[in-house]
Amino acid sequence: MEIKIYSFISVMWILILIGGGIVIKLVGPFSLSEDIEPIITSGVKVSLAIFLIFIWVFTLTKIKNWIFKSQIKS
Amino acid sequence: MEEKIIAAIIVSAIAFFTIYVFTPILIKFLEKRNQTVKDVNKIGNVMIPRPGGISIFIGIVASEITLYFFFPISEILAIIITSILGFSVGIIDDRKVMGGWFKPVALAFCAAPILLLGVYDSNLDFPIFGSVKIPSLYLALVVFMIPITGNTLNSIDVLNGIVSGFTTIASFALAISLFILQNYEIGIACLCLAFASLAFYKYHKFPSRIFPGDSGSVMFGATYGVIAIVGGVEVIAAIAILPAIINSFLFLSSVKKIVEHREIKNPTLHTDDFKLKSTDDNHAPITLVRLLVAKKPLSEKQICNEILKLAVFSGVLAIITTFMMGVEI
Repeated sequence: MEIKIYSFISVMWILILIGGGIVIKLVGPFSLSEDIEPIITSGVKVSLAIFLIFIWVFTLTKIKNWIFKSQIKS
Repeated sequence: MEEKIIAAIIVSAIAFFTIYVFTPILIKFLEKRNQTVKDVNKIGNVMIPRPGGISIFIGIVASEITLYFFFPISEILAIIITSILGFSVGIIDDRKVMGGWFKPVALAFCAAPILLLGVYDSNLDFPIFGSVKIPSLYLALVVFMIPITGNTLNSIDVLNGIVSGFTTIASFALAISLFILQNYEIGIACLCLAFASLAFYKYHKFPSRIFPGDSGSVMFGATYGVIAIVGGVEVIAAIAILPAIINSFLFLSSVKKIVEHREIKNPTLHTDDFKLKSTDDNHAPITLVRLLVAKKPLSEKQICNEILKLAVFSGVLAIITTFMMGVEI
């Protein structure tokens, strides 16, 4: 049990580091053509960031369900 | 540097000994006034005085004001005011049961001193990859940070000694991180929180002699949050409290709405020998405690020790992350 929760924390930590990297290296510098309004570029960036959060929460929910179900079964 | 060391020793001693000396007096005062609540995880009708947040408030504010005399900077002023506001929100919740949305909304207003004093840097620092400048988005982050830390630490105040022990470990990890990053003034301010929670832990640990109440746990969270913002260590601070964030995440992902913790079904039950076991009710939320006892029942003391070990683990991860701040690819 303990190992699974420690793994859960470690996965969260890694997701924070990777998520930060993607935001800084990919989402931050992202820009569309100069003809396009900056507000649209910002909207796309926000959408990408929300998509990343969705993946983050989805992954953690799956891990949580797996840990809890495996605990109940054992 | 010598002045900083002297200041650190003096304010840490004030934070620790104020609470160490004042809490027993507060316990007697609350018992005389019958301001006690039942400790539901003890056999029999064990009544515990509450709220101990009053002594936490005196310890933190006294030490932070002293620190302000050493270093009269806006950052420390913001910490003092936000801590006081956080305590005020908690004491209202102690006196009168408020709805689930009260604390998050009220705590969002507690971020006002940070914005008004302008004591934030809109660069969000990440390890390895550098920082990102998000001026508008950072304002939203400031407003959300205090409710998140306040509610997150409040939500782990479920068993004897957890919130005070957890805050002690996370605050020491954050203070070490701030010293590594050479942010000494805010590091010393974080030591005030660490020593205040350590002194309170002496009376709150299993078996508790006093409960912090919402005033204590929310003040711990609000102070922790404001230190993270003014110190520019938001990501490191979040990593140091990952077990508490997991608890909130587990709760929200199973309940799927923000509710007052008194309104939810109890996720744990007692065995005949008064250990805690997971409930069979599928509608009860999954929490960190329920996850820990899902396999086999554990005593309250065993669960507290497990959660504090998780806090040490995440504290170490926070310090590792701090060292990674210096590395950039």
